[in-house]
Amino acid sequence: MSVSIQLRVNGKTYQSAVEPRLLLIHYLREVLGLTGSHIGCETSLCGTCTVLVNGRAVKSCTMLAVQADGAEITTIEGLSAAPEAGGLHPVQQAFREKHGLQCGFCTPGMILSAVQLLGDNPNPGEAEIRRALAGNLCRCTGYQHIIESVRYAARKLRSQKR
Amino acid sequence: MATTTKYVGKPVKRKEDARLIQGIAHYVDDRVLPGMLYLGVVRSPYAHARIRAIDTEKARTAAGVVAVLTAADLSQAIGPVPCAAQLPDLKPAPRPVLALDEVLFVGEGVAVVVATDPYTLRDALDLVDVDYEALTAVVDPEKAARKDSPRVHDSLADNIAYRWEIEGGDLRKAFRQADRVLKLRMTNQRVIPVAMECRAALAEYDRGDDRLTLWSSSQIPHLLRTQIASMLKIHESSVTVIVPEVGGGFGSKLNVYPEEALVSYLAMHLGRPVKWIESRRENFLATIHGRDQICEMEFAVQRDGTLLGLRAHIIADLGAYYQLLTPLIPTLSGLMLCGCYRLPNVRVEITGVLTNKMSTDAYRGAGRPEATYFIERGIDFVAAELKKDPAELRRKNFPKSKDFPYVTATGLIYDTANYQAAMDLALQKAGYKKLRREQEAARKKGRYIGIGLSSYVEICGMGPSSAMPAGGWESATVRIEPTGSVRVLTGSSPHGQGEETTFAQIAADFLGVGIEDVAVIHGNTSIVPYGIGTFGSRSTAVGGAALYRCLEKLRDKLLKIAGHLMQEDPAKLVLRGKQVVSRRDAHKSMPLLDVISAAYMAKTLPEGVEPGLDETDFFEPSNFTYPFGTHVAVVEVDPETGTVKLLKYVAVDDCGNVINPLLVEGQVQGGIVQSIGQALLEEAIYDEQGQLLTGELTDYAVPRAADIPWLETYRTVTPTPVNPLGVKGVGEAGTIGATPALVNAVVDALSRLGVRHLDMPMKRERVWKAIRDASSAPSGRARKAK
Repeated sequence: MSVSIQLRVNGKTYQSAVEPRLLLIHYLREVLGLTGSHIGCETSLCGTCTVLVNGRAVKSCTMLAVQADGAEITTIEGLSAAPEAGGLHPVQQAFREKHGLQCGFCTPGMILSAVQLLGDNPNPGEAEIRRALAGNLCRCTGYQHIIESVRYAARKLRSQKR
Repeated sequence: MATTTKYVGKPVKRKEDARLIQGIAHYVDDRVLPGMLYLGVVRSPYAHARIRAIDTEKARTAAGVVAVLTAADLSQAIGPVPCAAQLPDLKPAPRPVLALDEVLFVGEGVAVVVATDPYTLRDALDLVDVDYEALTAVVDPEKAARKDSPRVHDSLADNIAYRWEIEGGDLRKAFRQADRVLKLRMTNQRVIPVAMECRAALAEYDRGDDRLTLWSSSQIPHLLRTQIASMLKIHESSVTVIVPEVGGGFGSKLNVYPEEALVSYLAMHLGRPVKWIESRRENFLATIHGRDQICEMEFAVQRDGTLLGLRAHIIADLGAYYQLLTPLIPTLSGLMLCGCYRLPNVRVEITGVLTNKMSTDAYRGAGRPEATYFIERGIDFVAAELKKDPAELRRKNFPKSKDFPYVTATGLIYDTANYQAAMDLALQKAGYKKLRREQEAARKKGRYIGIGLSSYVEICGMGPSSAMPAGGWESATVRIEPTGSVRVLTGSSPHGQGEETTFAQIAADFLGVGIEDVAVIHGNTSIVPYGIGTFGSRSTAVGGAALYRCLEKLRDKLLKIAGHLMQEDPAKLVLRGKQVVSRRDAHKSMPLLDVISAAYMAKTLPEGVEPGLDETDFFEPSNFTYPFGTHVAVVEVDPETGTVKLLKYVAVDDCGNVINPLLVEGQVQGGIVQSIGQALLEEAIYDEQGQLLTGELTDYAVPRAADIPWLETYRTVTPTPVNPLGVKGVGEAGTIGATPALVNAVVDALSRLGVRHLDMPMKRERVWKAIRDASSAPSGRARKAK
């Protein structure tokens, strides 16, 4: 049995027939070939599969593709293509600038969680950043350079708005 | 190095980041090949059981299932998992790729299923019916070591895998002369590496070319190639291992695992590509664990705090089988147990024990975090018992910087150090004296603040081949292409460490070109000359040294050609800003590109100079390197709940010369947080039946951003003479240095309550119980050692 879904991913409309049990992360990776979102646990704990669903950071390993019917999804690949940012999104730039990544596996999810945070709170303090990113595990960096990246991006984004 | 550097020593932004932040990097699971099949492993739910029968019929006939195989189909075709460790009298405990008659740990593979898609595969794995007869699980390593214990391996007389010992000085005399003998028993609990990317392997076989290509998330592409060829009994020249992007390793991918051989074998025999992606559950059960040592230590000390001798016995839980380095890891703990102290009389015994658990092996630090934990916890214990300041006790027993190279009682030669300078800086940055006053004031108000120190030395830059199980050298090749771009090939295999940047910094400075002109290639055994890999903080110290020597050879060749073209003495020429410039006359120069062209056109070469610009070097280090430092942790313990709050963390690390301070900082911070994980949160718990109770991220507490305070990191710089870069390595320092500082801080906080020691992790329940037990005792201080 398959179900027909239609959704927008990174600004493009897709229509697919999917098994009801297909996870959104598998749909994005296997069906659409968007492998920038990773799978680190399949239990919603590590956050490497985080994508934006209708603007909110969602762990796509615990959402079914059919639940995303009609949704607007942004993955890491779509974030960098955002034309208004002229290539890289400020959060992406910040992660490079402040050495916010090492192996890079958690990075796409980490960046998208940070994008949501900065959308909600343009000037977060250290504790707020730590709390907002607590759903995204990183085993390499110890988080400090990630915090610095988010602060740097926040400054960049605030100065852009001015 | 060149006298002026444009890149080396600077916080250069990483070259590898562009692809990683855009989601266009490729990890193994991102690769899709035409006709690809998916492999899954049926794993034992028992820690110890006899396999009576395996019924594969239902799985075999399910739609979408291509093959189901058990050990009966494979045991002749695929050799056992390799172990490189050589120790005297090591009992054999090889791991078959699939269990034969008995399973020896929860998660051991008993069958494999190959299917056309992952969902079909997942369903089919449940259709394999295995009939087990449960046997007694051997879980506690101390009980396992007893003569009357049930055995893990039927073929062995007992569960003792090996006994190892090392002795130096005159221990008897030391203990006879000592004013006090102080004993402490400590555990360094089993922990799980949890790289964010689980393991992954994909194999493809081209029958026409007789070429097997294995993509694996590995730290050791060449060693893996050699071992896969041996396991499958095929020509190594037919095998290519490709290590694409790797999502963290921490030692867990410094290994050869059954699944890498299984996908390779099946790709060859089914004629289609086969992919295996480990689930997180499998990663907890069937990827190596770390640590798991119990240490009983006896210090012979003088009343003034002088350390005279150390006697230690370590029981190391090896798990059921040997992985690549399993038996060796505890011996590193033994060698490093003297830490950074003058301890002339030492005896360390190690008992390696087999249990029905997953193997332990190299986890970030591999043997040194255990050694450092034991000695540093021990030193604070001794200080507390002698009522000495722990910093003063350390200072009293440090060798002085003029004592280096310093030979330890365990026979190691520490290269260079200034332990006192690093400690003094750490104490100054932490405001140690002020902290002690604040601690005293807080105690009067009923608050329990603790200050913990750890001064560590670690063994890095692995290492001279004479002391390594499979070679300790590293290779590098540098090619300057006709257009002037530079290609660096390295036998090390970075997976987050950033060598594409640091090696490019070194090459660009040396050749006087831009960092953008240099590409660093790694992880493909058909492109890169044989190398050893990335582990033991060795990539820059050994691989970087090989690179340096290639660059020297290339520079000499370029200058020789340029001298010929410019009618100038090559010794008077330098490479700078893509020009060859005369030292005597700055106006006398030639574009580097002209010299490169001359090397390739080969029409005007000086006599005896070969065409081309391509140099390879295999660097063999003369010794290990020994980074060091001091960490200071400040905690507050809530006596009502046992909650430990980390208030402040100051680290001073000395890893010798630094190629990129930004990346060094990243390594140190990441290591410290892994250490905080072990000290405060993480613990792999097997129950009495050998079930892993912490088999998922729900039950195993990897530190999250909100668990960590701001870390203050500083450096002292003491270069090493062991390699031409003067670098020591920094990949593991944080993980080695931090754990004892944290535990020492917690015990210090509770010392007024009579708590003298507490084993990790400092979970609320454990801390609370320790407080309760101490305060319910008639008098906490009355129980102190005589």
